[in-house]
Amino acid sequence: MNNNILSAIFSAEFAYSVIRVTTPLLFCALAALVCNRGGVLNIAFEGCMLTAAFCGVVGSAYSQNLFVGLLAGLAGGIGIMMLMGYFNLILNANVVLTGIALNTFASGGTVFALYILCNDKGLSTSLQSLAFPNVNIPLIQDVPVLGKILSGHNVLTYVSVLCVFLVYLLIFKTPLGLRIRAVGENPSAASSVGINVTRTKFTTLFIGGLIASLGGVYMSMGYLTWFGRDMVAGRGFIGIAAQNLGNAAPMATFIAALFFGFANALSNVLQTQNIPSEAVQAIPYVATLIGLVAYSSSTRKKKTGIKQLKRRVPDGL
Amino acid sequence: MDTVVLSMENITKVYSNGFVANKNVNFSVNEGEIHALVGENGAGKSTLMKVLFGVEKPDEGHILLHGKEIHIDNPIVAIKSGIGMVHQHFMLVPSLTVAENMVLGMEPKKKGLFSMEQAVKITEEAATKFHFQVDATARIEDLSVGKKQKIEILKALVRGARILILDEPTAVLTPQETKELFVELKNLRDEGLTVIFISHKLNEVTELCDRITVMRAGRTIGVQEVRNVSESDISRKMIGRDVQLNIQKSRAKPGDIVLNVKNVTKYSRTSAKKALDGISLRVRRGEILGIAGVEGNGQTELSESITGMDKEFEGSIQIGGMDVKNHSIRQAREHGLAHISEDRITYGIVGDGSIEENIISDRYYKPDFQKGPLLDLRKIDKLADELIGRFDIKCDGRDQPIKMLSGGNMQKVVVAREFTSGSSLIVANQPTRGIDVGASEFIRNKLVELRDQGAGVLLISADLNEVMELSDSLIVMSDGKIAAYFEDAAAVSTDELGEYMLGIRTMTPDKIRRVADND
Repeated sequence: MNNNILSAIFSAEFAYSVIRVTTPLLFCALAALVCNRGGVLNIAFEGCMLTAAFCGVVGSAYSQNLFVGLLAGLAGGIGIMMLMGYFNLILNANVVLTGIALNTFASGGTVFALYILCNDKGLSTSLQSLAFPNVNIPLIQDVPVLGKILSGHNVLTYVSVLCVFLVYLLIFKTPLGLRIRAVGENPSAASSVGINVTRTKFTTLFIGGLIASLGGVYMSMGYLTWFGRDMVAGRGFIGIAAQNLGNAAPMATFIAALFFGFANALSNVLQTQNIPSEAVQAIPYVATLIGLVAYSSSTRKKKTGIKQLKRRVPDGL
Repeated sequence: MDTVVLSMENITKVYSNGFVANKNVNFSVNEGEIHALVGENGAGKSTLMKVLFGVEKPDEGHILLHGKEIHIDNPIVAIKSGIGMVHQHFMLVPSLTVAENMVLGMEPKKKGLFSMEQAVKITEEAATKFHFQVDATARIEDLSVGKKQKIEILKALVRGARILILDEPTAVLTPQETKELFVELKNLRDEGLTVIFISHKLNEVTELCDRITVMRAGRTIGVQEVRNVSESDISRKMIGRDVQLNIQKSRAKPGDIVLNVKNVTKYSRTSAKKALDGISLRVRRGEILGIAGVEGNGQTELSESITGMDKEFEGSIQIGGMDVKNHSIRQAREHGLAHISEDRITYGIVGDGSIEENIISDRYYKPDFQKGPLLDLRKIDKLADELIGRFDIKCDGRDQPIKMLSGGNMQKVVVAREFTSGSSLIVANQPTRGIDVGASEFIRNKLVELRDQGAGVLLISADLNEVMELSDSLIVMSDGKIAAYFEDAAAVSTDELGEYMLGIRTMTPDKIRRVADND
């Protein structure tokens, strides 16, 4: 049995599947990264992705147009993020509670809508929804092993990798990125030079919602070709963890997302083996916990107690 | 020659809670002058400046800039009208570079992307023009407080400020940095800019400023040429009575040793330097031992070590014979320690807590304040009311959140707690920093009173007048070491003290050792 597992892991197919399952995590992690930089990190990505996944399926099914499906998915996910902004930035509601509420709303709301549309509380298979195609990359697809790993992925997978670069560009090389970082770190400094803090935060949420929605759309129109109840399954949280592990830096976040993707793929492979599936399914989440513990203990300074308190107090107080 | 560049006429501001912060205030400044705005906490200076900078809207009155009325509805309008403000809490983004902070909100672009090159250029040009020395590519978080302040000033200048408001700029600076700042401010004045300098420190006002406006209880009391007034004149105007600049106190009658610091060495957290280098001293009951010195020469580390907040040091510290290293802060407090921290907001108070809760935070667990498993609230209420009266805390009542109080009244709450815990050793670190003259005087007198009742006091202060007036004997700290010890603080001159503080002179180890002699 061990040999089976090892040969399953050390194969091009396994590496291919790591990239495949990393995609939604990467999207979400990048979205969380942008939001973290802009001081609007929240936990509603789960609901955002789920709504995007659902709206994408419905949009494409009724229009029979992939692009319309994509737009519908993005609109749904961004809508959740805008609600987040409205509650949190305008009504000053607690960010954690709002996040929980929106996630619950998305979970129940999608099932409700699914039942109305498909008369089914679990799956959207009765809808003729579309999916994004897989693409082969010329040249690379002919390289042995590497071609099998890197080529033939869903188009959104390539978009997610492109997003790593785009997010880097946005955050560190554009005036908007500078403002996002300034607002995230010291809102009063930003507003003192005339930056509209609330608007910048909404913009940040919009961008975060857009990126996370791509991950949601990928779930139901690439990774799978139908919408299933609660199909995001915690990826919205693992993405936040990956971003945290990557210290809100694009490249490091990418690597962290790959690590969680690896755990995810591992769990998928092991499920086909003769191992209790409950234990196997826990692997990505256990990996998340281990990752966060490792991260926290490596960054924790030697000093504890009162000294730590001091560091948390903002400069100048 | 004296052109009025800005005048505020008949400004009245009533806050929504009915508090009249400004009442028919008239204030005007000339081109090319440094104008001091002084007054006790709560006198209305901050409100007036907030009105000028567009943070608060006045209920009455108007503002004239170059003779024309302008409406400053928000800080952006103020900035566009050439008014810049340097806040006490810096408006900088720590992880960004100096240049990025400088151009924030007006970022230079190249092909749609942010142009760091141009940002650096803008910064360097401004620095050259106004004679500031800055490193445009340094990160803010790596800079000293003094440097950060320069960046703040430059930031306002880059945005075209011709009138600069500085809100207690020297409160955070070392004497050297203050000197540098004054030179730069005078340069700006000579180039025709106007500086409004808000301060509590009268000696700085007389050194730096051309004219002075005094505010008291929401009104302007008068405008004068600084060279025509004395410090005691200003002080009398500010609080409406004579301040006793000399605390009356009898000779100390030292008793038993309550604090014994032996050979304490501590390494700095940020560098390989020794923050404390073989410090030995002792404090006896009934005396005040003052520690003078430029800030950052080990005073903070020493007070944190003594009060048990930082136990990573070599050597031994005993409070009333108890070793602080092996005991908790509560045990140290029960053994007679009282502590006024230099960082009031972080360690002195719980901002969201009420005055009452802050007062009992060191004693709530004692049987005295318990009734079965519950707190004896009636008793606690009584105590709070009594202390609010005794310590003259100006507030709406014991349930008011402490963060609503002015700095002076906040500190009075801290003092009300620390001075009534029946302690035998009081570590007072910058007890009167940033608070008004009246409250400072009150706290100083209390310290002397407690000394007379037999407590030992270790007083750490950057305010030379304060340490010299209050202390019975005096230490000067320089570079983590004791540079000088004066058995009789009254016999020391400021000049002498200054030389030891700046490390120009150091006493022989023999003389310094006397501070630790347990005779």
